[in-house]
Amino acid sequence: MRAAPRGSGKAAYALLLPSWLLLGLFLLAPLAIMTVESGGRRALYGGLAPIDDLGAYLRSGAFAANYARSFSGLYLKIGWRSLWMAATTTALCLVIGFPVAYYLALRAPRRWKGLLLGLAVVPFWTSFLLRTYAWMFLLRSEGLLNQALLGLGLVSRPLPLLYNELAVAAGLVYGELPFMILPLYAALEKLDRSLLDAAADLGAGRLARLRRVTLPLAAPGIAAGVVLVFIPSLGQFVVSDLLGGARGMLLGNLVQNQFAVARNQPFGAALAVELTAAVLLLLWAAGRWSRHGGEELLS
Amino acid sequence: MSAMRSSGAPDDASLPGGIRDGAASGSGARESAARSSGAPIRPARPPKGRLRAGLPLASYSALVYAFLYAPIAVLAVFSFNSGRQTAVWEGFTLEWYRRLLADPLLLAAVRNSLLVAAIATAVATVAGTATGFGLARYELRGRQATGTLLLLPLIVPEVVLGAALLTFFAALALRLSLATVVIAHVVFSVSYVAIVVRARLAGSDPALEEAARDLGAGPWETFRRVTLPLALPGIAAGALLAATLSLDDYVITSFVAGPGSTTLPLHIYSMLKVGVTPEVNAVSTLLLAVTVLLIVLAQRLLRRAA
Repeated sequence: MRAAPRGSGKAAYALLLPSWLLLGLFLLAPLAIMTVESGGRRALYGGLAPIDDLGAYLRSGAFAANYARSFSGLYLKIGWRSLWMAATTTALCLVIGFPVAYYLALRAPRRWKGLLLGLAVVPFWTSFLLRTYAWMFLLRSEGLLNQALLGLGLVSRPLPLLYNELAVAAGLVYGELPFMILPLYAALEKLDRSLLDAAADLGAGRLARLRRVTLPLAAPGIAAGVVLVFIPSLGQFVVSDLLGGARGMLLGNLVQNQFAVARNQPFGAALAVELTAAVLLLLWAAGRWSRHGGEELLS
Repeated sequence: MSAMRSSGAPDDASLPGGIRDGAASGSGARESAARSSGAPIRPARPPKGRLRAGLPLASYSALVYAFLYAPIAVLAVFSFNSGRQTAVWEGFTLEWYRRLLADPLLLAAVRNSLLVAAIATAVATVAGTATGFGLARYELRGRQATGTLLLLPLIVPEVVLGAALLTFFAALALRLSLATVVIAHVVFSVSYVAIVVRARLAGSDPALEEAARDLGAGPWETFRRVTLPLALPGIAAGALLAATLSLDDYVITSFVAGPGSTTLPLHIYSMLKVGVTPEVNAVSTLLLAVTVLLIVLAQRLLRRAA
């Protein structure tokens, strides 16, 4: 913080109070309660089954039953598929988005830059639901893509473009791409061009400059972009529900399902805790990696 | 600027674009000024190799932009299509928009959404502004912890946040209603306001406030006549973003909304689960138009503030 904060009047703590109250009561407490419930058992008609003897319950290891269940059979399969899907989405966004961010930060003509940046920001904030619907509209069998293919005589009957993993992947990449481009741009924008010029003067080719100068300096942006894309992809349920149908189920759908349909709240809670743990692990790794990426250059 | 650095996570770049943009532009302007005044020899023109490399890169970027915007554009264009089967252009009509106005369920959802957005935005703006101000201007213990707390709603996956809130409301035996929706929306928008306001104030000169105090203004008067006007663009931008998020949210709302508290995104979702109709295109186009307007406004405020 640049500003020399003035004083530390006790009254100033009151400024932080509303946020602590709101987030403590409606974020930390709910997360804590959900974590506790994840060790419970579902009652016959939904809700939580009462536990008579807590000591015995804990000793029996029954509190881990939901977690054990989540690592079995179909659930494990959905978990892997979600990880795989999120990883694929993240990789595709990185590959597709990097050149755009590079262009925006280092090559775009000055007078276009503001507009181009604005155009990248707008999808960042617009409704994910509507942007997913736009794909549904394009891909369904009476959709524009199929109509075009039919019209051109390339196919004789509509292709099943919707309700498969490819559609989910396309929808995810489409939805998450801005979340990759912007942090990459932010990192590349700070890049000192004279370093590139120096590398060129020292005889580094284009690839060498990219690999040894641009990429290490973009490491924090890459880490941030990976986090920003991977987290929502992993917990996604709108895209998989609308574009994947029943076959495209991901972890997010599974959690939602346990709460809304199966009414197995404890199991849903366990899945949600696992999802959160995965996200925190990723954050930690990304933080480490981005610092490391920076250090590599200094040494 | 970077609340995340302390938490060991990647730093400010991970803030959503608008915020980061606004937060960075303060120091960015300063940097470029320094560069142009004192900066030594920088080639006035890029080396030839770069110029040649520029065209494919520009065309590629144009393609990606087309990829980002074409589906939305198609959606919007077909909301004016008179054909009911929606994939062949049959002529211009406003019929679908007219029908929206005659749909009482939809209008009720719009009313709910506006009500929720208004209350949630107001609460989030007041709380977030106070927090952003406190973090930017006071050396408080727990500043790092507060920064981390504010990032939590942005880090926790939406499904988890929704599930946790639902569990919480169920544990308290609270009935799901518009009130629970408002609470959920405040939770995810208060951070945005706090982060934007904090960034805005961090980029402004505290000497102005010191001067006001030296001239005899009390703390309240200093805040009202110096700090508040300084922070106002940030506050307004934060409020607009909060409103956008509230109007758009589907995932979290779907967990905490009860019967009778259907918001617009929930209504749209149930519409398109039933089937794709031109009415869905029309209502989607309207919602998109409103949110894009709010975002552009917020962006302008942040940019002018810089």
